[in-house]
Amino acid sequence: MQGGNLRIVEIAEVVKESPSIWTIRYRDPSPSKPGQFVMVWVPGVDEVPMSLSYTGDEKGITFRPIGETTRALSELSAGDRIGVRGIYGNSFTRTGGEVLVVGGGTGIASVIAAVEPFVSDGKVHAALGARSREELFFEDRVISAGAELHISTDDGSKGHKGFITDVVRRLLGSGWIAQVIACGPEKMLYNTALIAREFGVPGQYSVERYMKCGIGVCDACSLDGRLVCRDGPVFDGDFLLGSEDFGRFRLSPNGTRIPV
Amino acid sequence: MTSRVGKITIRNPLLLASGILGESSGSMIRVYSSGAGGVVTKSIGMEPRDGYRNPTVYEFESGMLNAMGLPNPGIEHFSDVISRTKAAGVFTVGSIFGGDENEFSHLAGKMEAYGVDAVELNLSCPHVEGFGSELGSSPERVRSVVGAVRQAVRIPVWAKMTPNVADMGSIAAAAEEAGADAIVAINTVRAMAISARLRRPVLSNTYGGLSGEAVKYVGLRAVYEIGKKCSIPVIGVGGVRSGEDVAEYLVAGASAVQIGTAVAERGPGVFGQVADELSDFMEREGFSSLKEMIGIARR
Repeated sequence: MQGGNLRIVEIAEVVKESPSIWTIRYRDPSPSKPGQFVMVWVPGVDEVPMSLSYTGDEKGITFRPIGETTRALSELSAGDRIGVRGIYGNSFTRTGGEVLVVGGGTGIASVIAAVEPFVSDGKVHAALGARSREELFFEDRVISAGAELHISTDDGSKGHKGFITDVVRRLLGSGWIAQVIACGPEKMLYNTALIAREFGVPGQYSVERYMKCGIGVCDACSLDGRLVCRDGPVFDGDFLLGSEDFGRFRLSPNGTRIPV
Repeated sequence: MTSRVGKITIRNPLLLASGILGESSGSMIRVYSSGAGGVVTKSIGMEPRDGYRNPTVYEFESGMLNAMGLPNPGIEHFSDVISRTKAAGVFTVGSIFGGDENEFSHLAGKMEAYGVDAVELNLSCPHVEGFGSELGSSPERVRSVVGAVRQAVRIPVWAKMTPNVADMGSIAAAAEEAGADAIVAINTVRAMAISARLRRPVLSNTYGGLSGEAVKYVGLRAVYEIGKKCSIPVIGVGGVRSGEDVAEYLVAGASAVQIGTAVAERGPGVFGQVADELSDFMEREGFSSLKEMIGIARR
């Protein structure tokens, strides 16, 4: 109906990006843009929304095995079959000038796909943050795209010791950045959006919510009446900072409004 | 475009169907602002329920299947959603599901206290054991649930019917005898999707409910058939995605319609679009009120 009907695909390759990060590649020529997502079905386990870390004909999803579904995914190998629905959601869009791309933790998987196309339109700074160097990935993609790489880790095992938002503040302070795009833990996104607003820089933020349908009917991902699956997952900073839910509330699987 | 369902007047005959975007006040207010005549909430039960694991939906060209498993926060946690939605002036119908007449009465009483304009009894969910169509397939159980709710509340009571029975007319008649103010038909058609390449059912619950364009003709038949057996208003549901679809339901005998699956297809803005299409249709065909259209195929 929305045009994302279930497809059963064969895994082409499983790549270990770091000791704790996996990428699964599969062939699917559906057109897609940076920031869009698919519903990934691990047969017999569950189906979850995942941003595309590769948007070409050979699609990719990149994740840390933390829940049952991502753990099951990490145990699959080339030739195994999974289901995908989508491509769903909106995408990051380039508005001009120098852009700061911010990825926190597995949020890097979503923003990385924007770095490569954005470089052709001007300078791109990519700020990647993780808890430790073991959880960092795709630094090589940033470098080979020709973007400027900035790193932070909470434990200082690589790059700036501290939060990626410290790096964001320093880069925005330079005065050259005209646009921010970001994906990561909601607290990081919220703080990034606040800093960008402080510097008067427009931002686009990819928000994560629990989803059942992915197609705008179940209401599980509602954020102040906007649906993360359909109106998002990328929202602009003004909407998010003006909303009641961003950085504060989400819906649990049973629909109760609970703290993020 | 004003529509009457029994004693109730709504600004147009297009309601949001239960189970679609009816869990948060933000979404219901948005649907109303997009042009709906009102909204029906997600079905609310006695206790919080997470629903089934994914996959809970399966889409195809002319519709979809779903087996959400009645996820809901439980009636005790739903008062804030209703009060926010009502505060925005939205015509709001509270959908409820229970295992017996006592649960239904309790839930209806709570919904009335929260401020809903009517209650809709989910006697028709096709994929959860012990609820929905398990009650709604028996005229006796429908009579006892509707009768108990009728005693418990003063607001209008709507009974939502399952198409997965041999004789919808007699079940609707039982609801009418027990005091229902309107019949809502249909809920989804019990169905399943299979992946041959994975050699397994797609939905985690195996069985689900079919909705969308694919079931419109089942819905039209149900409305037409129920209209012959009942004198209370019928609200048509199933595959409404254009103004002409609404006209078909009205002509078949429906007083209003509910829209669900088309929200996936056309977005929440579907209500305003369908309302415009319906008024164009009426103008072209020389109808000056909805009333003139209702049930004329039966005459």
